[in-house]
Amino acid sequence: MSRAGKIARRAFLTGSIATAGGVAFGVYMYRRPSVNPLAAGLAEGEAALTPYVLIRPDGVTLITPRADLGQGAAHVQALLIAEELDIELDQVSLDPGPPSAAYYNTALSREALPFASTNESRLAETARAVMDAPIKFLGIQITGGSTTVPDGWQKLRHAGAVARETLKAAASLETGLPVSDLRTQGGAVLLPDGTRLPYTGLAARAAEIDPVTDVTLRDPSTWRLIGKPTERSDIAAKSTGQQSFGIDVTLPDMLFAAIRTNPRQGGEMLAHDASKAKTMRGVHKIVPVTGGIGVLADNSWRAMRAVEAINIDWGPAPYRPHQGEHWRALENSFTDKRRDSRHRNDGDVEAALAATTPLEAEYRAPYLAHAPLEPMNATVRIRDGRVDVWTGTQIPRFVQKNVARITGVKSAQVHVHVQMSGGSFGHRLEDMMVRRAAELAMQADSRPVKLTLSREEDMAHDYPRQIAMARGRGSVSGGYVQAFDLGIAMPSIMRSQMRRLGMPMIGADLQIVAGAWDQPFAIPDYRVTGYRAPDLAPISSWRSVGASTNGFFHESFLDELIHEAGADPLEERLRLCSHVPSRKVLEAVGEMSGWGAPLPEGRGRGVAFCLSFGTPCAEVVEVTVTESGIRIDKVHVAAEVGRVIDPVNFENQVQGGVIWGLGHAIFAETTYDDGMAEQRNFDSFRFMRMYQCPEIIVRGLENDSRVRGIGEPPVPPAAPALANAIFAATGIRLRQMPFVRDMDFA
Amino acid sequence: MKLTVDGTEHELDIEPDMPLLWVLRDELGLTGVKYGCGIAECGACMVHIEGQAVHSCQTLAGDVWGDVTTIHGLASPGTLHAVQDAWITHQVAQCGYCQSGQIMQAAALLAETPDPTDQEIDDAMSMNLCRCGTYPRIRAAVRSAAQALRGDTQ
Repeated sequence: MSRAGKIARRAFLTGSIATAGGVAFGVYMYRRPSVNPLAAGLAEGEAALTPYVLIRPDGVTLITPRADLGQGAAHVQALLIAEELDIELDQVSLDPGPPSAAYYNTALSREALPFASTNESRLAETARAVMDAPIKFLGIQITGGSTTVPDGWQKLRHAGAVARETLKAAASLETGLPVSDLRTQGGAVLLPDGTRLPYTGLAARAAEIDPVTDVTLRDPSTWRLIGKPTERSDIAAKSTGQQSFGIDVTLPDMLFAAIRTNPRQGGEMLAHDASKAKTMRGVHKIVPVTGGIGVLADNSWRAMRAVEAINIDWGPAPYRPHQGEHWRALENSFTDKRRDSRHRNDGDVEAALAATTPLEAEYRAPYLAHAPLEPMNATVRIRDGRVDVWTGTQIPRFVQKNVARITGVKSAQVHVHVQMSGGSFGHRLEDMMVRRAAELAMQADSRPVKLTLSREEDMAHDYPRQIAMARGRGSVSGGYVQAFDLGIAMPSIMRSQMRRLGMPMIGADLQIVAGAWDQPFAIPDYRVTGYRAPDLAPISSWRSVGASTNGFFHESFLDELIHEAGADPLEERLRLCSHVPSRKVLEAVGEMSGWGAPLPEGRGRGVAFCLSFGTPCAEVVEVTVTESGIRIDKVHVAAEVGRVIDPVNFENQVQGGVIWGLGHAIFAETTYDDGMAEQRNFDSFRFMRMYQCPEIIVRGLENDSRVRGIGEPPVPPAAPALANAIFAATGIRLRQMPFVRDMDFA
Repeated sequence: MKLTVDGTEHELDIEPDMPLLWVLRDELGLTGVKYGCGIAECGACMVHIEGQAVHSCQTLAGDVWGDVTTIHGLASPGTLHAVQDAWITHQVAQCGYCQSGQIMQAAALLAETPDPTDQEIDDAMSMNLCRCGTYPRIRAAVRSAAQALRGDTQ
């Protein structure tokens, strides 16, 4: 390995500030721009001015490499480019682009560092800067961690500005006029006499010159698109049945496939009998896949029906088979040996607790499937040494690499066409369906194969949200919270997930304590400890990841202590809160909800706060006790994101995040019996329906200088705000999810 | 077997126990009709038979009792149904995967109940699952579609 490679590798493996001096060369090297992946495919008269802007004589295409999973990523990425490019959104087409190192994600790596997002010390900033280089080196084109906007905020606007200035330079060459006399508007360069030179006509000339990279971004006062309501680029197609998703891919001569693999995830198929399936109508071929078997047929239903008709003996699970054993593993993980991190340790918790009889509480959160509504699918065609893959994915570079390995071709010969996704919530950080589809396509005689997992097959192999437990001990003094000691035990999400991606997992897994250790509260004696439980069922990132369980633990226990102190839940949080933007979201929900105004008997209000992915978010839930159970009336939400880029989509994301948080907290769990997930469809894996949906009032704050994402941060406060409201209304404290185990809901 | 879908009659050589969903998607290429659960829990597969909203995943091809309308045939070509128009105005969709079914459910509700109460809207639309959580926008869009439809017919 070259010296540069070794240094960069070392920087990645440790990722710590200790190597800050040592990786300077690496940082320098890997700050060079990556190769523009669009350059290779250009024809005469076309120009790829940056990896994000492709101009052809017949139109302008903006490349939006972060996957659109329903969160509006394609639209918001296009909006940021178009703002600077001076083009309207209805004048461009969007394309997710090819897998390429040029589309690395720097914002994602910041979450792995042991510095709270509120920590802007020099040490923390240095560590963040060092992390950027190795991530760019590895070219990890990942969508996740609510990073699309933070990662693209500068990068995409810069790309738009580079393209704009390069087109002006091309127009200057074309006309002989100085650049200072040229303006841009509506996809054209304007000459002083009013003549419009459309960008499309300037592409050929622009392609001949070096891009103009010394550019100035527009002043916020001149923005046309950012912060204004715009119509999402996909909204018309999604309202008329015209939007094509991965599951809708249709190719000439295509075979339709179904598979069954061991529902004990990762287990083997011991034996099978396909004699009946072979004779069924439309069955083309029955073929082995890793861990199971597949049917190639002329129709998805015929393939699914035939694969169901195969008798199969499954091998044992490569993990503890029963749910009770998983809980026991967590219960036994609160030990020094399993201690993973203790990055919050203020004051002297032990002394404070020894001085009094501590309040103690234990909390539990179950496994949860992601279960996006579009079942996992992938279409693969292997022909003449070239592999084409059509699928909705958050990890196109890994898909490319894995398919190349399975099919035995070079990565450059694997072409990944990223499709619109019918939801994800983290599920598409896995690529199992693509690997199986590639195995099927290798046995399909050059014909394309579309693999569609049945709902049951998908949910049996979901790689669910982590199971987690927390134990709190705390004390109060003089009407205030004095000591807060929270231990959290869960298996390592990152270890489970990175192992499947073929990447090392070094050091502590901060997701075990995310949403708890990094909260902006100045409690005098304050400690958060992460315990890494042994690996149980394979797990992965689920919308808001560690904070999805830890926000519930932290904010429930804080609420219990505040109650013990006899203080007001909102006032005491404000008193303890040490971070100005976070205080402002708490103040905002207080004002929005009329906090403090008396409620009639049988009603209750609860507040919760969580800072996750750098975004402070507070929620107030209002409930009423009815004859048929708890009814959620209203939710008030405030979040600090620096800039609300698209107010319509912002509101939709926040409302959806609250519903995601509440719906699972009340109704849903994934449990294991005999090594198999028990909930494999929406009859047993329940979720909020329209009649249960409260009114949700949203406010976005713009006080902070950093721009943050909003896809995940509304999730963690939802469950504790509801539990705290139920306590206020009934005096009953819910400490395990799903709440429906202990409480009726209307 | 003969099926009339979106105004076009099709002669099909298929098993009578094939669910209508898969006839529409894989045999006729009407992929706006979505597979979500296969057990009539999510509503992504909803179509109209003789104006009534049904789960096409649980309706066997041999049992289809009348003309089928899908999201592709809800409005005349080149136009929008009032429900679709409201869905665009309110920017309902996130991932959009459930929305064909939501729109078919809403259109059937409003055809039968032009002035639904909030309770009637909640009851009908609770047949359809949205994992993204677009319920507040669906509620608002159904109300404004109802208003628009009543305005058109009065």
